[in-house]
Amino acid sequence: MKKLILALLLLAGPAFAVGLPSDMLPDPAQEQRARSIGRELRCMVCQNESIEESQASLARDLRLIVRERVAAGDSDQAVIRYIHDRYGDFVLLRPPFNLATLALWGMPVLALGAGLMGILLLRRRAATAEPAPLSPEEQARLAALEKDPTA
Amino acid sequence: MSLTSRRALMLAPLGLAVAGGAGFYGMLRGMGTGSYDPRGVPSVLIGRAPPDFTLPPLAGSGKPAFAAAELRDLPSPVLVNYWASWCVPCIIEHPQLMRLSREGVPVWGINYKDKPQDAGAFLTRHGDPFARLAADESGRVAIDWGVYGVPETYFIDRQGIIRWRWAGPVTPEVLDGDIRPLLRRYA
Amino acid sequence: MIAELGHFALALALALALAQTVVPLWGAARHDARLMAAAGPLAFGHLLACAAGFAALLVAFAVNDTSVVNVVQNSHSAKPMLYKLAGAWGNHEGSMVLWVLILALCGGAVAGFGRDLPTTLKARVLGVLGLVAVGFMAFILATSNPFGRVWPPAPDGQGLNPVLQDPGLAFHPPLLYLGYVGFAVTFAFAVAALLEGRVDAAWGRWVRPWALAAWSFLTLGIALGSWWAYYELGWGGYWFWDPVENASLLPWLAGTALLHSAVVVEKREALKVWTVLLALLAFGFSLLGTFLVRSGVLNSVHAFANDPERGVFILALLLFYIGGAFALFAWRGPAMAPTGMFAPLSREGGLVLNNLLLCSAAAVVLAGTLWPMFADLLFGQKISVGPPFFNTAILPLTVPLVLAMAAGPLLPWKRAKLWPVLQRLWWAALGAAAALLLCLAFAGWRVGPALGFGAALWLILGAAADIADRIALFRHPRFLHLGAAWSRAKGLPRAAWGAAMAHAGLGVTLLGVAGMGLATDNLSALRPGQSVTLGGYEWRLDKVEDAIGPNWSARRATVTVSRNGATVTVLHPERRFFPVGRTTTTEAAIETGLSGDLYAVMGEEQDGATVLRLHHNLLAPWIWLGAVLMALGGAISLTDRRIRVAAPATKRATAMAAKA
Repeated sequence: MKKLILALLLLAGPAFAVGLPSDMLPDPAQEQRARSIGRELRCMVCQNESIEESQASLARDLRLIVRERVAAGDSDQAVIRYIHDRYGDFVLLRPPFNLATLALWGMPVLALGAGLMGILLLRRRAATAEPAPLSPEEQARLAALEKDPTA
Repeated sequence: MSLTSRRALMLAPLGLAVAGGAGFYGMLRGMGTGSYDPRGVPSVLIGRAPPDFTLPPLAGSGKPAFAAAELRDLPSPVLVNYWASWCVPCIIEHPQLMRLSREGVPVWGINYKDKPQDAGAFLTRHGDPFARLAADESGRVAIDWGVYGVPETYFIDRQGIIRWRWAGPVTPEVLDGDIRPLLRRYA
Repeated sequence: MIAELGHFALALALALALAQTVVPLWGAARHDARLMAAAGPLAFGHLLACAAGFAALLVAFAVNDTSVVNVVQNSHSAKPMLYKLAGAWGNHEGSMVLWVLILALCGGAVAGFGRDLPTTLKARVLGVLGLVAVGFMAFILATSNPFGRVWPPAPDGQGLNPVLQDPGLAFHPPLLYLGYVGFAVTFAFAVAALLEGRVDAAWGRWVRPWALAAWSFLTLGIALGSWWAYYELGWGGYWFWDPVENASLLPWLAGTALLHSAVVVEKREALKVWTVLLALLAFGFSLLGTFLVRSGVLNSVHAFANDPERGVFILALLLFYIGGAFALFAWRGPAMAPTGMFAPLSREGGLVLNNLLLCSAAAVVLAGTLWPMFADLLFGQKISVGPPFFNTAILPLTVPLVLAMAAGPLLPWKRAKLWPVLQRLWWAALGAAAALLLCLAFAGWRVGPALGFGAALWLILGAAADIADRIALFRHPRFLHLGAAWSRAKGLPRAAWGAAMAHAGLGVTLLGVAGMGLATDNLSALRPGQSVTLGGYEWRLDKVEDAIGPNWSARRATVTVSRNGATVTVLHPERRFFPVGRTTTTEAAIETGLSGDLYAVMGEEQDGATVLRLHHNLLAPWIWLGAVLMALGGAISLTDRRIRVAAPATKRATAMAAKA
């Protein structure tokens, strides 16, 4: 049943396949700004598409609102706030920085830091550890490897 | 670095995998019980009054329209329902709205991006559950409410605070599982 | 009848997989050579049974057998034969059969090509592969039978999504699965090594070809998917950071790291435990992708129709294989002592840096993909993580990665000095700086694309510098010693050529990415005869007419593109209507050239005017060309003499040493 409803929801609403030239702002610089703002905003009825890419009618409405606000002289942040006030965090393709997204935004630093720490710890241990002597079998293999030209 | 801390380090992948697995299991269970829905989006209006708006009545319906001001100090809770004649799931939910209306629950409709004659034909054919009926032809008021698709239904208590929002058709399960408890709670 | 035979073949394949698991693993534990020798034949038998099952499914789709539910739901008699066949793996059930078939192929390949593997290692590898097959065969038979019947037969099928009727997409899943599932072999080698309790240079040498093969296929599969999105979705985008795309990027990142760390194991017997972990991770990410796509926990364009019951089954499999392997790792790993020592600045050190950055990138992609789900579960917060996040978070990791990539191959093993390496790279650096500055000068102050061009040149010239250095092209100060260089080039190991080509391939891809950063587009409503200018070309709409295809009807525009009055090409973008399924699709018309793509999409018609979206996508084809080069680099490395010959030589040497 849920699937059926979903399928029906997807059918509903007229689709604007490519967009309309009349929707664009006459000033190319403003249109460019509107586009980059639109790429930050998620099309709510789509899955992982920004309102700039989406063919849904709601996305078109939002595109128009973004252009209206830009033409009215709002700053980029003000336009995004306008949409955010109505649709919540979900509409932002760049998640807000807060306690719940700390691990997400911190991940590059976290991963690099953890990796570096692991490497340092293991190196320190390796430096202090006595290297185990090679077994006869390993020595033979080493000899075989050394005969081989290596890059 | 001692052997035990090395051991602990090598347990980390297992720990992460188990934690992740438990999380995924929680999601799958939640999907079964309805507590986790990867597609559902909450409304920012919950616990707040509706945004300020005024809308004209639906032409030809003969029903009064409404504005934000009329959604305050209500004699009883009100359901506000966004719908359209072109919306297929709206047909699915319509019998439930009719039932609520017959039981005396005020259902106020906002006709979304529709032509008045189409909307009128829809109501003639399927019945008219709405006590008040406004028309949002441009869809701009809907955006102020954070509507992202029709049908959507909002539950507004007597003080005019939005307590609940349902995106999608009001099925009999939603009627019995959500709306009736809300009506009892905020009566 | 065919369907029942197919179903039976799958059941037989499950039984054989069970035998392939139990007999060799038991034999390896008991040192029973006869039991271990059964591994190969059992793997071949399992492969045959899987192939029979898959063939039965193909037949059902080819003859449009509408008594099979799967055919009814996913096919239609009016579809061209290629898409009828592709329909067999274009759905959840059929794609799972393809998945296990490829797994069986991997098993067959190990049994066939792995003649020189030590008997116990080979038995264990095949046993583990069998164990993976058991789980997924059971999954198919229990929850996703592709041969379910419906009675009475439907009059005809319900069609396949028209967006999916495309040659690119028909071959996308097989390539992608060859990559995903190929990492099952490296996984099996890693688990076998943990069972044996030892990892050595020979192990590194055996694992690397499998990692290379899987990685090359995965590279191609991802590129094909991206190319498909580019021309079929009609937006001109090529990478969307969609969770399903990310799910394929994760094993690729882990696999790339694995390729590099396996070299260190092979050459220096260092990073052994880490390499084992990477081999487990690469396949773990593959399985995670399978789970995400098929369980329904994900909100994505590409996800299959989902079902929590299936999700629980796959999750159980995921936890069993990955959790089990990690538990084994935690148990046996600490005993594997690190041996090879090296200075921080050395080839090994460079490869460690590569691994650190690649794995950090993987961690970021993983977090970005899973965090929305976990934030919802843990905090009840609905958030979206989209391209703006990934672009911001990945860039800081890509910059050092690219910088190190050109220098790494020039570093000697064990201990290195930075200055000689930089001396050999000065002209690559010069080229990169020139590209960066030229872009800034001529394309306006666009930092992103300029950085991209600089990085691309740095990698391509860096790879050239690497080869030039190896063949001592510039060793004589006065003149080029071409003859000597040529003979050295011929003698250079194929792996060196492959590595240089793969590195240059990424540079070529970056060239395309940077070019796309400068792409321009235009949206206009034109009447026949009217034209617009874009990217230095004049685009004229000539006419719009009706067109008919095998299972669709269309409106087709004719757009003539000219430059300085001379016609460059004629484009025919279409809007197709598929009566079965009642869907409309837009077919972009693309003229591909070395300097970029001319790309036209047709929109609605109103009052005699037609809406056209036109793109001039600078250097776009290089994105996929670079990926092909990368995969080709992998393939060239695969043909390296040492990979094929050295393994038995080593083994013989070991055997001799053992005898002595």
